[in-house]
Amino acid sequence: MNNNPFSLINKTILVTGSSSGIGASVAIECSKLGAKLIITGRDLDNLNKTYKELHGLGHIQVIADLNKDEDIKALVSEIPEIDGIVHSAGILGTIPFGFITKGKIDEIFAINFASPILLSKNLLKYNKLKKNSSIVWISSIAGNLITSSGSSLYGASKSAINGIAKGMALELASKKIRVNVVSPGVIKTNIFNSGIISDNDLNMEVVKYPLKRFGNPEEVAFGVIYFLSNASSWTTGSCLTIDGGYTLL
Amino acid sequence: MEITSFIVNFAAQFEDSDISKFTPKTNFKIEIEEWDSLISLSVIAMVDEKYGIVIKGEDINNSKTIEDLFLIVKQKYEQ
Ligand SMILES: NC(=O)c1ccc[n+]([C@@H]2O[C@H](COP(=O)([O-])OP(=O)(O)OC[C@H]3O[C@@H](n4cnc5c(N)ncnc54)[C@H](OP(=O)(O)O)[C@@H]3O)[C@@H](O)[C@H]2O)c1
Repeated sequence: MNNNPFSLINKTILVTGSSSGIGASVAIECSKLGAKLIITGRDLDNLNKTYKELHGLGHIQVIADLNKDEDIKALVSEIPEIDGIVHSAGILGTIPFGFITKGKIDEIFAINFASPILLSKNLLKYNKLKKNSSIVWISSIAGNLITSSGSSLYGASKSAINGIAKGMALELASKKIRVNVVSPGVIKTNIFNSGIISDNDLNMEVVKYPLKRFGNPEEVAFGVIYFLSNASSWTTGSCLTIDGGYTLL
Repeated sequence: MEITSFIVNFAAQFEDSDISKFTPKTNFKIEIEEWDSLISLSVIAMVDEKYGIVIKGEDINNSKTIEDLFLIVKQKYEQ
């Protein structure tokens, strides 16, 4: 008997962006709770690193560029039926409003918004999402609850996620598929590697967090696990903010 | 790459500061009151748009004068 409502035993979970940061942590923490993982990303070495950290056996890794239709199709056809998907692949693309171009809009919306929609749609079309499965989006406090200089476009892509997630939650309820969103504050990951936001800027930011630090990827993963597990079986269309209290102020 | 045109492009990111305030030796983060994080991001975006060079927030932090930043951009430009 397993009395843990957060257990993921007998669940197969697909995690995009699992070659890095939040996605990698989600995959690893899910495996510790008994899930079989399908991890995916573009960078083979990084994906392999995550793969090696997974607990248990029977996990699958698939290299895919989710901006490519053919890669989405191949991924969907290759994998077994799943009980959950976590959309964690995404980019930051900090740019002041005055410098936004059509190309920049396309670049950010492609991976943050369009690709996860198309992946979800294809999973449904090819009956890869089981009844009672769970779709979890990694959104952000940016665009939804706050913004900052240079975040207008990124924030727009993230609030678009919250919008579509509500519609999906409603329409997929008849299939008993739940759709929820996690909105993190700053988590120190490779997403800041471009250096446009410098360590100095981040140091000035961290003091604004009531809990006086940025989050760790696993602190987002635990929220995601709530939505993937049976603990949230009556929760759909919700958004969980995980931000160290940042949006209180 | 010419410093004079770089300074014009740099100054264009500011709204209220007169162009005469911008010289190669201007210690921009201190001397130009209007300087803030949005202008810093705009300078990074301007350098990308005008010169096709990607600089980092650190490059700006490490530059005291406009000339310091110009030399960083110029070096990357010529590589
Ligand atoms: N870190 C934060 O502070 C923070 C805060 C709020 C929300 N978020 C959101 O959390 C999610 C994960 O961010 P993170 O911090 O973990 O970032 P990260 O460490 O940079 O990881 C991003 C992941 O997205 C994948 N990816 C990007 N473009 C892709 C593409 N075209 N096809 C397939 N995969 C692609 C990357 O895979 P490869 O490297 O293998 O290409 C990588 O695994 C993002 O949606 C981000 O917006 C992050």
